[in-house]
Formats: sequence, structure tokens, C-alpha cells
Amino acid sequence: MSLLSLRDLSVTRGGRKTLDHATLDIAPGEFVGLIGPNGAGKSTLLRAALGLIEAEGESNLAKLTPAARAKAAAWLPQAREIAWPIPVADLVALAQDGDTEAPQVKAALKRMDMAGFATRPATSLSGGEQARVLIARALAQDTPLLMADEPVAGLDPAHQIGSMQTFAELAAEGHGVIASLHDLGLAARHCTRLIVISHGRIVADGTPREVLTEELLAEVFAIRCHLTETADGVIVQPLEQIR
Amino acid sequence: MTYKLLLSLLGLTVVALFTASLLIGVADQPVGASLSALFGGGEGPLPMVMREIRLPRAILGIMVGVSLGLSGAAMQGFLRNPLAEPGVIGISASAALGAVLALQTGFATTFALALPLSALIGAGGCVALILLLAGRGGGTLTLILAGIAVSALASALTALVLNLSPNPFAANEIIFWMMGSLADRSFTHVWTALPVMAMGWVLLSLTGRGLDRLTLGEEAAASMGTDVKRLRLMLVIGVSAAVGAATAVVGAVGFVGLVVPHLLRPLVGARPARLLFASALGGAALVLAADIAVRLVLPGRDLKLGVLMALIGAPVFFHLIWRMRGRT
Repeated sequence: MSLLSLRDLSVTRGGRKTLDHATLDIAPGEFVGLIGPNGAGKSTLLRAALGLIEAEGESNLAKLTPAARAKAAAWLPQAREIAWPIPVADLVALAQDGDTEAPQVKAALKRMDMAGFATRPATSLSGGEQARVLIARALAQDTPLLMADEPVAGLDPAHQIGSMQTFAELAAEGHGVIASLHDLGLAARHCTRLIVISHGRIVADGTPREVLTEELLAEVFAIRCHLTETADGVIVQPLEQIR
Repeated sequence: MTYKLLLSLLGLTVVALFTASLLIGVADQPVGASLSALFGGGEGPLPMVMREIRLPRAILGIMVGVSLGLSGAAMQGFLRNPLAEPGVIGISASAALGAVLALQTGFATTFALALPLSALIGAGGCVALILLLAGRGGGTLTLILAGIAVSALASALTALVLNLSPNPFAANEIIFWMMGSLADRSFTHVWTALPVMAMGWVLLSLTGRGLDRLTLGEEAAASMGTDVKRLRLMLVIGVSAAVGAATAVVGAVGFVGLVVPHLLRPLVGARPARLLFASALGGAALVLAADIAVRLVLPGRDLKLGVLMALIGAPVFFHLIWRMRGRT
């Protein structure tokens, strides 16, 4: 059974193909890191998969009604928008129709280390704390699939690692997770699978070990990296830009 | 303060102001006599005053206040902007244009409901134009821009009618009508406005869950199961029905939809859905209070409700801007 199934998904914006025939499947238990340079089409792929933007080709989620889709997949957009100073617990409970006592809400707050902030107005928190509250909201939706656009950008190192571990735990519990990421080190360390996207096309798809090679990093990201095999997996350290 | 307590307090305030509105007027009568005339009926002028003048006036006050408060809260929730109000999408201006045309052409005098019906047609035209301009999507920016465009056009056409009006009496009547007032309204007005307003109230009260989710932006709301396009349609039609009908029967009354949600937001934990019902009651209380004030402040001078509301509203607006300035 696949949680996300895309077949030849393409998006054209202003005469340019920003996503070009993307085909992929995500199964339960996978934590997929979507990596690629700025403008490669990571957000476009995720939003087209959800049916939030017009696309050609097939996506199992885009076919669903909004209500059915909300039960199949949770979505954490890149823009961290909190319009009103509503309390943190109420914000997270939006994923459970406002029920602040729902076990999913309490568990999500605890997982993101935000239980102590439950009554604080969300807008009074720092940017990183707001990001964690928004991740908690997506977790509280308790869906088979979690899709997140740059979920760990702007978090401190401890909470970046903590969030990545949470996603990995979710995958281990049988959920599927796909997150776009810029930190190659975190991606290599925590994801079970990496998908590399460049100029709208998927150029590599496999385990971090298979995907992260010096040649691919040079070609796609134009950077020179130091790669080390360790007991903890591949360690990636970008060294310099290739001009 | 809990939500239920807040709603109870607002409800009690509305009941108290409604009663006061029934008891205060040009014909100064003892409370007991007024109430017995209202409920008991009988012969003479007092039952007539109570039942045909003050009762419809007080009921319209509640209806108009609920419409404006509810619409204001819904607009602010949808646009995620505390400075939004029902007038943003041009409904009041368009309804006023319909009414002004009816007054100018003399159509308003042909039958009792001609004026409010013309205003409702104006509001309906506004909705059609906005939905045409703003397109099929669920975006907020196109909605605001379409609203500003429609509002500007309606105001320009209203000004044109006044400009070219050959009849100074008609122009005078138009200006007074546009100031907004609850005076001299009858049950005919109540029954004309009620079905349209009620439709608007029902539509707007169904937007609560979607508005709560919109706190996190359009994409997040959509991913939590809200059909944002449908929500926007419900909002536009709901606001148009409620505010169009309110403008049709009492003229243009501004600021209620801006001030009431702003004042009540901190008391409901800023939750848009809760703000809807609190603002509906708060709007009713404010309109009733202002309508009592126009009778007490300058008795016999027919101070217009819209004028008084603007005099209260503008300083609150100053306060709002002052606070926002301090924050950024």
C-alpha cells in the first residue's frame, strides 16, 4: 500500500515546466527527504501532490475532497502564518476540530516540547517556537502521511535534531513522512530515503548512501563535500562552492 | 472570562438595552404604562406608539447590530486583518447606490418597499460583480481589490447622482438617508429585511470552523479539510445578504463591524469562530445603545445613528492604529 502515489506529475508556470513528470511512491515506514537547490521544484512537487496548485498527471491525494484529504495527509506549509494571538493549545487543536483535550493534541505538544507553552498566545512566541507549534499542529492531525515544506528551517540545533528524530519515530511507527530539507547533514543522518530534484526533475531516488555521492552533489548543488562512512551512516560536510 | 459567561453577559446587555430602547422616546411615559400598553394593548395613542414605532425600532436595532457585528467578525477572520470591515467589499456603498437611485428617480415613493428593494438589488449587483472580478479561486487579495474597485465605482455613481440632481429636496433626502437612522421604521421594514438577513446569519455562522483554520493561512486551512473557495463564496453571499439588508432598511451605518470584533477579540482568546457569535451580540448591544443615545443626546433634533456611530468609531480607530504603530 502506498500513502502517496504520483504518476508523471507536471506543473507549468509562465510557460516553464517547474515540475517535470515526477513519479514516486511513498510507503508506510519511510521518512523521505526531498532535497534540491532553491527553485528546483521541491515546494511545487509537494503542493501539486496535495492538489493545492493546478498540475497535469496523477496524484492520489489531489483526487480527494478536502475533507478526505485532511484524513489522508497533514501538510505543513513553508510560510509560517499565525494570524491571531490564539493560545498554543487551541492552535494545535485546530487539527482536531478545536478539541484541546484530544490525546493527539496533548501528544503532539509533548513531542514538540511545547506542553509548557499551552496557554501562551502563539504570536508571542519566538520564530523557532512558532515553527515548533506549527509542526505540532501537523502532528496532531494524526494522518498516515505527513508532508512538510522545510519544517526545520530556523530551529536551534537541538530542536532541528529533535524534530528530525520525531519524524523518524513517526515513520518507524508506520506513518509515512516526506519533508523538503536544505540541511544535507540532517537529511543524510535521519531520512530512510532521499529524493533529489533539480530543474523540476527527479534526478536521484534511493537511500542516503546511494544518493549522496560527490559527483551528484557537485552536479546538482555545485558544492564540494566531504563524505564519511560511519557507524551512524553517511556524514556530509559541505566544504565549498564550485564556481 | 469563559466563553459562556461572556455570551451570557452580552446577551443580558442586549436584553437590558432592548428594554431601555422600548422605554425611551419622544413621548415620555411611565414605565408601567408603557409596558402594559405594549403587552396589553388597548385604545389610545400609547399602545400604538409602543407597538408600531418603538417595538419595530428596537427589533431593527438588534437585527442591524447582529448583521454588522457578525459580518465584521467574519470579514476580519477571512481576510486575517483587524482593519477589515463589511464595507471593504463594497456592499454598503452598492446598497446605498441602489437606494439613492430609487430616491432620485422617485421610484422610492411608488410603494413602501421600493427603497429597501432597490438597495438590495444594488447589493446583489455588487456580489455578482465581485465574484466576477475576484474569479474562481479562494484568494483574499483579489477579493479585497475587487471590493475596493466596486466600492469606488458605487461611491462615484452616488456622487454623480447627487451632482446632477436637479431637485434639491431629493438631494437633501438622499444625504439624510445616507447618514443612517433607525427612526420612523415600521414592521414592514422588519419583515422585508428579516428573511434576507436570516439567510446571511445562517451562512456566516457556518463559516466558523473554516475561519478558525484560516488562522494558519489558506494552504494549511485547505489541508485541514476546508474548501476555501466554498468558504469565500459563503462569506461574500452571507455578508452581502446581512449588510445589504441592513443598509436597505436603515441606511449606511459604519464602524460597528470594525469596532465590535476589535473590542471583543481579546475576550474570546482571539478565536475567529467564537468571535462570530460574540460580535453578533456585541453589535446588537452597540447599535441599541447608540440608538438610545441619539434620542437622549439631542432629543427632537433627529441626530442620525450613522453620524453618532462614526463619532464613536473614529476615536476607536485612532486607538487601533496607535497600538499597531507601537507594536512595529
